[in-house]
Amino acid sequence: MQEISLNILDLAQNSISAGATLIEISVEENLDEDILTVTIKDNGSGMSPDQLCAVTDPFYTTRTTRKVGLGVPFFKMAAEMSGGSFEIDSKIGLGTYVCGAFGLTNIDRMPIGDVNSTVATLVYCNPELDFVYKRSRGVRSFNFDTREARAVLGDVPLNANEVILWIKEFLSEGEKEVAGG
Amino acid sequence: MKTLAELAEIRDKMQSKINIRENSGDSIRVVVGMATCGIAAGARPVLNCLVEEVSKREVKNVMVTQTGCIGICQYEPVVEVYEPGKEKVTYVKMTAEKAVRIVNDHLVNGNVVNEYTIGAVAK
Repeated sequence: MQEISLNILDLAQNSISAGATLIEISVEENLDEDILTVTIKDNGSGMSPDQLCAVTDPFYTTRTTRKVGLGVPFFKMAAEMSGGSFEIDSKIGLGTYVCGAFGLTNIDRMPIGDVNSTVATLVYCNPELDFVYKRSRGVRSFNFDTREARAVLGDVPLNANEVILWIKEFLSEGEKEVAGG
Repeated sequence: MKTLAELAEIRDKMQSKINIRENSGDSIRVVVGMATCGIAAGARPVLNCLVEEVSKREVKNVMVTQTGCIGICQYEPVVEVYEPGKEKVTYVKMTAEKAVRIVNDHLVNGNVVNEYTIGAVAK
């Protein structure tokens, strides 16, 4: 993976496979402490303590087509390589929480990449699920919550062409506001 | 400034069109592999491109969606096309440019792009 945004897309897929109906993603830059925090939280089926221990093992996977599961190990490696840390917690029946802390200015931190594209792709492919995306840098932040959009849209699906276009523009404006300066 | 009020306008506009597109029986499904292997190989731009091209050409009865690991990771990004009554077509080593061609040749005109299929690529 070359960008953190791709890791986010990948981990969100896990949440979706776990039957989550609400997935909360956050990308927050703390300039004072030089930390970039990326979290993915879901209300899916969760994992048992044994699974939780095994999930960071690249040779542990629930899929049947291959013997490796690299998503979580890759994300953990990326965080630790940049001088950061990784945390994952899960409870059966409640959901899973993944948190990667990256050294913001560390030369070995991979680029954040296009998180907006990741969020738009997730919404487009899973219009029946809810996503909350929080993006912040220092004191500036913006939120996108599909539940708010859904409340306004009523029956119109979230992946209707014009809606997706609106979402992309909304995310793009938000990113400019947050990351500008 | 994008506002939720604009979403309300979109809703009003769309409701007056009464589109009943819900999974009609002859719907073509285009499935993009989006597991770790697919994403690392570049599936996101392929999916975005498929969605944009389908929207631009206003191709009807096509649903673009995603799936997990298909099992042929070395050939990712993989795009499978399911058309009722026809054999599944598996396109491998996809790129955004190839996606454009697939929409135009296969989805619009009905001609499978053989050189991008797994049959042609896997010797």
